[in-house]
Amino acid sequence: MSDLRELYQQLILDHNKNPRNFRVLDPADRFAEGDNPLCGDKVEVYLQLEGDRIKDIGFQGSGCAISKASASLMTETIKGKTLGEAETYFKDFQAMLTDPSSNLDLDQMGKLFVFSGVRDYPTRIKCATLSWHALRAAINNVQTPITTER
Amino acid sequence: MNSPLDILTLQPPEPPARPALPFDVRRIRADFPILGQQVQGQPLVYLDNGATAQKPRAVIDALSHYYTDQNANVHRGVHHLSQIATDVYEAARRKVATFINAASDREIIFVRGTTEGINLIAQTFGREQIGEGDEIIITEMEHHSNIVPWWMLCREKGAKLRVIPMNDRGELCMDTYQTLFSPHTKLVSIVHISNVLGTVNPVEEIVQIAHAHGVPVHIDGAQAVPHQRVDVRALGCEFYTFSGHKMFAPTGIGVLYGCETYLDAMPPYQGGGSMIQSVDFDNITYGNTPNKFEAGTPNIAGSIGLGTAIDYLNSIDFDGAAKYETNLLEYAHDALRGVPDLKLIGTAERKVGVLSFTLSDIHPHDVGTILDQAGVAVRAGHHCAQPIMKHYDIPAATRASLAFYNTREDIDALVSGLHSVRKIFG
Repeated sequence: MSDLRELYQQLILDHNKNPRNFRVLDPADRFAEGDNPLCGDKVEVYLQLEGDRIKDIGFQGSGCAISKASASLMTETIKGKTLGEAETYFKDFQAMLTDPSSNLDLDQMGKLFVFSGVRDYPTRIKCATLSWHALRAAINNVQTPITTER
Repeated sequence: MNSPLDILTLQPPEPPARPALPFDVRRIRADFPILGQQVQGQPLVYLDNGATAQKPRAVIDALSHYYTDQNANVHRGVHHLSQIATDVYEAARRKVATFINAASDREIIFVRGTTEGINLIAQTFGREQIGEGDEIIITEMEHHSNIVPWWMLCREKGAKLRVIPMNDRGELCMDTYQTLFSPHTKLVSIVHISNVLGTVNPVEEIVQIAHAHGVPVHIDGAQAVPHQRVDVRALGCEFYTFSGHKMFAPTGIGVLYGCETYLDAMPPYQGGGSMIQSVDFDNITYGNTPNKFEAGTPNIAGSIGLGTAIDYLNSIDFDGAAKYETNLLEYAHDALRGVPDLKLIGTAERKVGVLSFTLSDIHPHDVGTILDQAGVAVRAGHHCAQPIMKHYDIPAATRASLAFYNTREDIDALVSGLHSVRKIFG
């Protein structure tokens, strides 16, 4: 079960049990919903902006440990960053999970590195990326719920 | 009638099957090559039979034999191979008819699966017979495939769905069922065995009550045919649908049984080759049942695979297999009840080997991933039955579903995996 310890690291289990920024922001400058219809995972992301800086971020939703912890750690990472920096994190996170050939500097990823093990579980990659897709939709002001399926 | 079926009635009957040996799970497992493999370095423990069943060697070989020695299109050529392909295709239809005790092989329509069978009824019988203000009775425990086609039809026609509720054990409230009928009720469409709860519904009684109101009945038998013998004439239903792949046959082949008087009166399904008598630009005459429902080249190999799966089931003491499965279910129930914080979803008095459950507040996808590392294959999610999830107020469940080739060791591996899940999640 050593592989599983790699996937379900203490940090992930902790954020699953005690998700950070797990709240609705009201009012929110930006909001988006994400939905994985095949497994029923749902996430809502709320942003408050100051110029192009993310002053505060909150999320709500239900899903597995990977999706909940991913959303929680995303909010911790993104809070205080600019929209441009958030977009870079999105791309790097995506590359870390899906593109083995990328020459990503993993040290840059900070705590998000804890999700690098997910790439060995292809069925679970969508769990980890759902909240990030919702964040991006919020940034881009997408009104309809985004989905992991086409 | 100039149907290719007429030619076949002249053929000698098939030899009677050899008497089956008493059911022996070790011998049976040897018939399924996939069960010998390892997953994640562990012996495969396949407990996702409700999603699809594994295939016996005989079925796999039949597909290979068909494509190696018999492949041609059916009902068309006069050449040797075309005749053979037509013969084996129609022989498969006869095997299905005998298997479910249909009155005639004309009552067997080959479709892609249960889903297409139900859509066929909705698109033909439904669109012709169901209009504004009419009502269709379904149940709270339907798979989405027995909800969505009717919902779409209701939207199109201005008709309504009436839903038989269930209790918390996962049994239908039959008293409420009686009250759902009105002069506008046009069809009862119910699941025989729930894919989430394992509940065996009292379909005989449901049919009798519907008939007392003069209403025809469709039964979704997808989860029933792998577990028990089905006799459509004893049930008395007008329609019965099932999928090949859940009863050890290939994917992409399934059956709509319809009683002849209904099928004959129904309009065709899709238009195309095979389903016509004659075509000119001013007038088209449709073919007869079953051809009028089978436009285009059918899944010939799939039908042969299905026929072979039926031969296989007839060869193995299927009743003994069903008894074995019942014993295994009892063992599994007891074993799962010993896992702390595990809650079974579906505890009906009459049920088959389907074990859905929640484990503390651990999400089923995490449970499924951890079990997979132990070589144990289960289903995690809403099981295409979101109304059932809503009933129990859960987003998803983990499901272990049994087939007669599963063993007590499989259940032990599941339970041991669940203990690992609890350990990881503390």
